[in-house]
Amino acid sequence: MLNIPVLRWGKPYDSLEVDHVTHFMTGEPIAKVSQANGGLLQRDMRKASRAREALRDIPCDELIERVKKAGELYLNATLPIGDGMQTPDDFAHMQSASTGLPEHMCKGNMQKNFFVLSHMDEMLDALTRGLDLNILSNGYGVESRGVVVSYQAQAPAVGLVLPSNSPGVHTLWLPVIPMQIGLVLKPGPQEPWTPYRMTAAFTQAGIPAEAISIYPGGADVGAAVLANCDRAMIFGGTATVERYKGNPKVQAHGPGFSKILLGDDVVDDWEKYIDLMADSVYLNSGRGCINCSGIWASRHTKEIAAALAKRLGPVPVLPPEDPKSGLAAFTIAGAAPAIWKSIEAGLKEEGVTDMTSQYGERLIELERCAYLRPVVVHCKSPAPALAKAEYMFPYASVVECPQDKMLEQIGPTLVCTAITENPAFQRQLTDATHIDRLNIGPIPTIKLDWLQPHEGNIVEFLFRARAYQLPKERLALAR
Amino acid sequence: MSTLKQASASDLEAAVKRAREALDAHTYETVQWHFHASTGCPFWLEYASSLKFDPLKEIRTYDDLKKFEPFKDEWLRGGPVRRWVPKAFADKPVYVFETGGTTGIPKSRIAIDDFRTDYSLFSETLPDEYFPKGANWLMLGPSGPRRLRLAVEHLAQHRGGICFCIDLDPRWVIKLIKKGWMEHLEAYKQHCIDQAITILGAGHEIRCMFTTPKLLESLALELEKRGTTIREQGITGIFSGGTEFTPQWTRFATEEFLEGVYMTPTYGNTLMGLACSKPVTAEENYKISYYAPQPRAVAEVVEFDDYDTVVDYGSTGRVKLTTLTKEFFVPGFLERDEGEREKPYIKYPWDGVSGVRPFHELAEATTVGVY
Repeated sequence: MLNIPVLRWGKPYDSLEVDHVTHFMTGEPIAKVSQANGGLLQRDMRKASRAREALRDIPCDELIERVKKAGELYLNATLPIGDGMQTPDDFAHMQSASTGLPEHMCKGNMQKNFFVLSHMDEMLDALTRGLDLNILSNGYGVESRGVVVSYQAQAPAVGLVLPSNSPGVHTLWLPVIPMQIGLVLKPGPQEPWTPYRMTAAFTQAGIPAEAISIYPGGADVGAAVLANCDRAMIFGGTATVERYKGNPKVQAHGPGFSKILLGDDVVDDWEKYIDLMADSVYLNSGRGCINCSGIWASRHTKEIAAALAKRLGPVPVLPPEDPKSGLAAFTIAGAAPAIWKSIEAGLKEEGVTDMTSQYGERLIELERCAYLRPVVVHCKSPAPALAKAEYMFPYASVVECPQDKMLEQIGPTLVCTAITENPAFQRQLTDATHIDRLNIGPIPTIKLDWLQPHEGNIVEFLFRARAYQLPKERLALAR
Repeated sequence: MSTLKQASASDLEAAVKRAREALDAHTYETVQWHFHASTGCPFWLEYASSLKFDPLKEIRTYDDLKKFEPFKDEWLRGGPVRRWVPKAFADKPVYVFETGGTTGIPKSRIAIDDFRTDYSLFSETLPDEYFPKGANWLMLGPSGPRRLRLAVEHLAQHRGGICFCIDLDPRWVIKLIKKGWMEHLEAYKQHCIDQAITILGAGHEIRCMFTTPKLLESLALELEKRGTTIREQGITGIFSGGTEFTPQWTRFATEEFLEGVYMTPTYGNTLMGLACSKPVTAEENYKISYYAPQPRAVAEVVEFDDYDTVVDYGSTGRVKLTTLTKEFFVPGFLERDEGEREKPYIKYPWDGVSGVRPFHELAEATTVGVY
């Protein structure tokens, strides 16, 4: 069994309090993870500026190369973790064992992280709109068009309160190091694996160890991250997002409520898009905020729901090591039954039909975990609660709604795939401020273009553009 | 060596036996006092009339207290408060102390001299090297209707010092947390810390203090921001308390900011008084074991499903407190905490409790470590 320490700016610290991580199916002990206390983090943050200083000693271009190398190591190497070593297969097995995700999905997420790391130069070029990264290092510079620009780092290190349930979110913080900003990571209790493996890969690739801290721990540690980092991201539910709304120091990532809208001009051809709909709902076990939870159309909704239920309803529960396993387990006791209870309550509302009931039991309770098999419901209008619900498994409501009412009814939507050729509708969609990522055309909600910002541009979150004036003679030197 | 060990084992055994006999005798005396018409309080006298047994005759040992049903904390909510004052003390000046009370009616207990007695006894456990006689104190903890503020002041006075106090309302703190007003919470904490730093820097020769772990941490950090430390401010001894007082936290404080300032954890509440800890050492991984001030109070670790049965040594159970003073009798009060049962040792030859933390069944609803 592994013993995994707290990492305090690269230095391991064995806590007297440990969290036991066990296999969700067998109960097999996997690791003992040292637990930090909030005060420990608070005190360490006094030295946060050293993280940025250490990174600024290395030019951004060089950091990008090292990060690319880290990507290779993360994907392929045997790397140290705590008092042991971890192969890529070990990693996938361990991540699966504690999060409930099938192993092949864990490997898929490794590929995503690798992709981001290996395309870091393109990503940063896209996110900074071609800015010379030395301007981020120096705080100011002169662009090729002769204009002085200044980007001021808003924090020497960014804090992240990470979730347990979706290893895909780690792609969001990977561009931070090459921008010479340190990392303060608070892993989700069931997913310490990615932060530690990524840190090991970074370190082996030559990223200064003192640039990264990892503090596993309880709620007090999460609160300490948010209170002590001038820029932090947190992943949570709607309540978390509401709580930090308007706080410029905190970027809160919550449920996606991602949707597919079928325009009146294409809805009669809905069958052409059923694969796209099924993939958007089901892939990665429906856990991501980019998974579709609502399909909206003005007609044919019952037929769409029936066809989707026919595709997804029969999906069985398979062991996590089975390459065909498509469903993730709920490893936290009581979570799946509570979700199912909430769905059952929603199904009692008028105008709601359970389309997957004919495909067998949805809630499968095992000794140490539970599964929810895909659920498709049909809503005759946007009014029922289930029309706008999102859950951590393949769930979708197919909602009947006139096209001219859709935008006012769909609510906040992280990814909206709008299938329509209607220019007026496309313009309305483009202008809708409650839609974050917009796909016009038949693009699955889960297909991300990594060169585009996700839930806000991380460069704009970490750096503030501001005026910076220099006398002409110094301006010449700054070129 | 083995002879020495045997001698010390037999000494401990004898001490345990003597302590138990003293507890039995003290229990008998206390029950006689509280249930006798000439001395007892209205609450227990009325309660006795509803019993199928006569406590004056049938409660002769500590174990006999099991004949009472578990003490219900609801009995302490609401008045008239005089029903708890023993007739024998009817003419004495009476204090009332409260616990909790964030919502609804708080639990209250009466006191006359108990808090002074408890803290005079506790004083004997404090090393003079770190808590010098005559030194002045700072009380940076919950005030208002809680006994702690007066008790710490008495402790300072008992040791020949004068106590400075900071006002802190924990009920407001809990409300701030429940409302999610974290900025206000931080501001209120800072308000308390600012006052403490002002007092510490005002030339009052304060050497000792009571504070809570959270406030101690904040005080240390704020002092460091101002270029000084707790030690540099002249503090040599701190006593502190709360369920967030974990071994890890103690180690953290010891290693990160105490700089040799002595800190002793305590466990207590308004009902029981104050349990002292066995010396906490790095060699024992900062394990914290508390021992109640027997025979005035008893802390037991009982089975979760059978409150009359103590768990085996080292096993986990719910903390059950019994208070046995002439002012206040509380048999078998189930605390909102759990922990592990600890063996007696020569200084405290009775059971202790370690690893104290919120009772798991209530933990989610309990707001701890808030101030």
